[in-house]
Amino acid sequence: MKFTKIMVLTIVIGLLLCTVAQAGKDLDGVRKKGFIQAGVNGGVFGFGMPDEKGVWRGLDVDTARAVAAAIFGDATKVKFTPLTAQQRFTALQSGEIDILTRNATRTLSRETQLGLNFVTVNYYDGQGFMVLKKLGVKSAKELDGATVCVLPGTTTEQNAADYFRNQKMKWKPVVIESTTELSKAFFAGRCDVLTSDASQLAGIRAVAPNPDDYTILPEIISKEPLAPAVRHGDDKFMDIVNFSVLAMINAEELGITSKNVDQMLKSKNPIVQRFLGVSPGNGKALGLDEKWAYNIIKQVGNYGEVFERNIGVNTSLGLKRGLNALWTDGGLMYSPPFK
Amino acid sequence: MRSKNPPASAGSQVSAIPFWRDAGKRAFIFQLAALFTVGGLGYYLFSNTQANLARQSIATGFDFLNKEASFEIAESLIGYSAADTYARALLVGVLNTLKVAFIGIILTTILGTVIGVSRLSSNWLVSRLSALFIEVMQNIPVLLQLFFWYAIFYEAFPAPQQALNPIKGVFLCNRGLIFAIPEAHNAHTVMGWILIAVLVGGWFLNRWARRRQEAIGESFPVLRVTLFMALLLPLLAWVAYGTPTAMNIPELRGFNFSGGLSVSPEFSALLLGLVLYTSAFVAEIVRAGIQSIGRGQIEAAMALGLRPGQILQLVILPQSLRVIIPPLTSQMLNLTKNSSLAVAIGYTDFVAVTNTTINQTGQAIEGVAMIMAVYLLFSLSTSVFMNWYNKRMALVER
Repeated sequence: MKFTKIMVLTIVIGLLLCTVAQAGKDLDGVRKKGFIQAGVNGGVFGFGMPDEKGVWRGLDVDTARAVAAAIFGDATKVKFTPLTAQQRFTALQSGEIDILTRNATRTLSRETQLGLNFVTVNYYDGQGFMVLKKLGVKSAKELDGATVCVLPGTTTEQNAADYFRNQKMKWKPVVIESTTELSKAFFAGRCDVLTSDASQLAGIRAVAPNPDDYTILPEIISKEPLAPAVRHGDDKFMDIVNFSVLAMINAEELGITSKNVDQMLKSKNPIVQRFLGVSPGNGKALGLDEKWAYNIIKQVGNYGEVFERNIGVNTSLGLKRGLNALWTDGGLMYSPPFK
Repeated sequence: MRSKNPPASAGSQVSAIPFWRDAGKRAFIFQLAALFTVGGLGYYLFSNTQANLARQSIATGFDFLNKEASFEIAESLIGYSAADTYARALLVGVLNTLKVAFIGIILTTILGTVIGVSRLSSNWLVSRLSALFIEVMQNIPVLLQLFFWYAIFYEAFPAPQQALNPIKGVFLCNRGLIFAIPEAHNAHTVMGWILIAVLVGGWFLNRWARRRQEAIGESFPVLRVTLFMALLLPLLAWVAYGTPTAMNIPELRGFNFSGGLSVSPEFSALLLGLVLYTSAFVAEIVRAGIQSIGRGQIEAAMALGLRPGQILQLVILPQSLRVIIPPLTSQMLNLTKNSSLAVAIGYTDFVAVTNTTINQTGQAIEGVAMIMAVYLLFSLSTSVFMNWYNKRMALVER
């Protein structure tokens, strides 16, 4: 009886171990599944949050849709997984998601130690502080002794610690894992200051009970280049994700929008013809359909459209392009040539 | 009388059993095979994980413990700043968990016993109220209870600038309860040592009093004497040092209070939520223990003229403790493990600090292994202690 039990146990464990074998390259896995599993924030308005009908909206959400449009020709072939700041990298490392479009800052240690590759930056941000106007604080240098609400496990936490250390000021952190709970605590007065990327502060303020009671201080204390990320090991997949984002930027530079892309197909400009696949070559090089860039622009839009739709001056966030304008307008959005 | 042993001249007529029919040897061989299987499995899992991590170039090893943590921790029992190492940050987390678990277990046991005994009270209102408390607290998920208490603490209380000041030196606001403490002085260390000495002396006094009672039948008021000495001797020491009365009073400076001792709303919410939740379960366990004593014993004790307090101490508790202690141990372990929910309300316990470490270094496997090891250590120590206590309470049967 004991012998039978041991044999059964060995066989069961052996069968379980068989499923541990690697699933192959990421791109093959995605193609076989028929959709992309994208990790998003779930709690920041303007970047990744479902609207009141349950449809996902945001800059990062549209970036994931662009990748789906490139690979499958259909921007709807993507499923979203909301992740907290503490789960996001483990979810990507373990294979639970294929691509992380979750306003993650690209840093040296993340690029090297986590086994991840960041692609081109889709939003240049910086960390700021939001306070109650009533406190009468005009600058971040007056925050000695303040209680600061911050998300744990983020570069925000480290940057705040470094900033207060540099300025030789004391502070007390309040660390709550979920962005919604953290904002709630800040609006209830548990802490004096909320610190996060300036774009997130704008998004959080937009849904505050009294948005006009809060002000974002002028100091930007860090560089936060936000970029989508994929796992190490599949260069083809990384190239596709990278050029999907760059396609949106390049389209804006060429003046192609989702409204005029069909007319642009008839353009005689060789640069536009190469970009939209009228002259073949780019698609084959990436292993995609030649209309991959056309699909992205038609179904999702160019970078300017995506920006204005989600976080632009006409939305409740009211963010100006700033560093995220095209290089021709003084910003940092610059795409390599598509040839 | 014939001896049962075969005559010596018989020789070895019984032939040796072949080893595959010998039950003992077979068991040994199967154990060896099982050991190799489990060991081989463990080695395979370990080396597979290592290979996968290396292939994805994820960092491994425990070197990260010596790197700079660069994050702040709001409350800590030992000095800590963002310039210290991850190892020190994790130690702060362990101490925070121990603080909550230790205080929580003591409060839960007391509150649970009180509610369990009231549930059996002959007063209709008291027993119904306890039953209501038990039903409500047992059935609401503990995380919801934690969110509830935390929201109450930061919504109900005012901002520091308008803090409540019930008595001089005590402030209540949504940043916590801040109160004045005596300024640190040498007298306090001496008083602390004297208190410990009195407690140890009280234990020896108890042993002597018990032996004296068995010898001549007279009881000695050990508790009263020990309590009196515990109050008198430290007081004498305090007077001897010149009655130092300097207090460390908290003041509102800028954004928050500085000085004094503060109890944060995160800690209070966690402690309150966990204690109320777990004490409901402990109350039921205590009730079960007391009801396991036959009614006849209590009536007999009353007939002998024992007071209710004496009945509880001499008849009920010694027997019911044997029924109560094993499930009570489980509830203590539950409380310790539930304290890891602190991460949802902003209390930096061990799980919260390790989560942050995992996120910043990317070493999820080492981090989770550490969490498992630490909680295993807590749970095993609690079990060992409670099992020792249980053995002491066990009936010695002849």
